[in-house]
Amino acid sequence: MKKHDNLITYAVVIAAYAVFQILAATGNLSSHMKGLLVPMTYYAVIAVALNLCVGILGELSIGHCGFMCIGAFTSAFFSKLTEESLPGPLRFFLAFVIGIAFAALFGFLIGIPVLRLKGDYLAIVTLAFGEIIKNVINAFYIGVDSKGFHFSLKNSMELGMEKEGNLIVNGAMGITGTPHDSNFTVAIVVLLISLFVVLNLVKSRDGRAIMAVRDNNIAAEATGINVTRYKMMAFVISAAIAGAAGVLFSHNITTLTASSQYFGFNASIMILVYVVLGGIGNIRGSVIAACVLYLLPELLRGLNTYRMLIYSIVLIVMMIVNWSPKVIEWRKRVTSSLRRA
Amino acid sequence: MALLEVNNLCISFGGLRAVDDFNITIEKGELYGLIGPNGAGKTTVFNLLTGVYKPNEGIIRLDGEDITRKSTIEINHAGVARTFQNIRLFKNMPVIDNVKVGLNERFKYSTLEGILHLGKYRKVEKEIDDEAMRLLKVFDLDSERDTLAANLPYGKQRKLEIARAMATNPKLLLLDEPAAGMNPNETKELMETIALVRSKFDMTILLIEHDMKLVSGICEKLTVLNFGRVLCQGETKEVLANPEVITAYLGG
Ligand SMILES: Nc1ncnc2c1ncn2[C@@H]1O[C@H](COP(=O)(O)OP(=O)(O)OP(=O)(O)O)[C@@H](O)[C@H]1O
Ligand SMILES: [Mg+2]
Repeated sequence: MKKHDNLITYAVVIAAYAVFQILAATGNLSSHMKGLLVPMTYYAVIAVALNLCVGILGELSIGHCGFMCIGAFTSAFFSKLTEESLPGPLRFFLAFVIGIAFAALFGFLIGIPVLRLKGDYLAIVTLAFGEIIKNVINAFYIGVDSKGFHFSLKNSMELGMEKEGNLIVNGAMGITGTPHDSNFTVAIVVLLISLFVVLNLVKSRDGRAIMAVRDNNIAAEATGINVTRYKMMAFVISAAIAGAAGVLFSHNITTLTASSQYFGFNASIMILVYVVLGGIGNIRGSVIAACVLYLLPELLRGLNTYRMLIYSIVLIVMMIVNWSPKVIEWRKRVTSSLRRA
Repeated sequence: MALLEVNNLCISFGGLRAVDDFNITIEKGELYGLIGPNGAGKTTVFNLLTGVYKPNEGIIRLDGEDITRKSTIEINHAGVARTFQNIRLFKNMPVIDNVKVGLNERFKYSTLEGILHLGKYRKVEKEIDDEAMRLLKVFDLDSERDTLAANLPYGKQRKLEIARAMATNPKLLLLDEPAAGMNPNETKELMETIALVRSKFDMTILLIEHDMKLVSGICEKLTVLNFGRVLCQGETKEVLANPEVITAYLGG
């Protein structure tokens, strides 16, 4: 029965993809809706990443958008740089490699101090790192010309570039004109791969070790589990997946800025809300919660006055469905009777 | 050669000499009891033996190998497994996974194979599953394999902790008050379990216990701790008849 759990998750994602594609092909999807599909999917991806950190590893991170930010900027930088010299699909693939690798690297570097902390302290420090990443990127000016790269923390004039030089990162104005490589299909593939990685990890010896560390790190050590190593492993994989979400993000918009709206504390909290309401440790729940909670406020734009009211009611209902012991018991009864039928 | 040899072990917390000049020699296959009043330093001895605390002085040898300054993880890999006075299970994991965590370092495949479910994954996971089931059967927990550890009744939680420790294939098993909080029936069952572990795995066991019936029933030798110091040491019968022990601990 547990074996099929993962297959159900993949099937749900693919079915949702098919439904949206059919709606789009038959002209039943407004262009506004179409524009929401890629963001919806990368929020699902980063919710999966955060659930690995919060639910499986048991460490509350509220700076995960920082890793998304790293993935977004490093990959957009690469894509802008190679826009003319590389064919689109190869360039986009390499952009993923770079965005994921840098996010993983930062996950590792930030993990060294952060994973020594526990609980609230860890949460606060991840939050701080998330803000630092955003603010540092806002101060970067990077350009390239025939002499090579130019770098400044002051302004674009300081770069001293040749006239025909290419200003890639323009401080708080960010990166403009990243090639529009993201689309719904690629986003869904990235989501499926993220799910595959996390769900398979959970069912491997490393996954069990990670959950053992979560449940009792003293007992885990006494059982011979290298607590530091497994914490780091989970944190880095989580950051890497958040980086992949960032790549989708930056290749879906024209102007990429390290703004609070997308990469700040509020955005990280919003993703934490997806994870908590989808069920901590419940990976499939994160995907569903991210999609529903992302689309809902957008779909309710017409009902402006009641929008936030309905949104909060949905939050409460989801909380009850996923957290009330009685309802969980009822859900189990229903699913097991469905299985028998 | 003795399996465990401890000489002159000392540790202070601030001004408190929690363990002072502690010595013990345990031979292979022995069931050895460590007793003493509350706060005598018994659990601290376990924490020293497993590298949770580093001693101020003294030396610990396991099978001739000096393990005094090693980390908890290294000491476990060297062959010491333990249970805890206040049960420490992986509560949100199923019973069988608790045991599988204990097998983690013995049955290996790479992280990549684990993520892709390829290569040695299937074969080794099958071995892990078989071995975990074998252990659960020994401890009569096989019918609970998918129960969350937190939902097990108390007696079975204690058993599962022993099963998890045994999964690491130790040379020496340390049990910290395994009968604490058990009713007489559960205690009797626990004594059978310990006897079984000894006969089936040829295990050497050091056991902390307050339940004197259990101690006198199964331990061959005893060390009595009092205020961090060894009060008396030797064959169980002789130790329990020692007048000093009776006044200090047995309250006679
Ligand atoms: N980490 C620590 N820091 C300070 N004091 C400690 C620490 N660990 C133990 N102690 C002290 O050392 C003494 C011995 O404690 P220990 O837990 O070893 O006793 P015990 O013999 O296991 O008692 P019990 O039968 O109640 O379990 C106690 O006075 C305790 O308060
Ligand atoms: Mg104790």
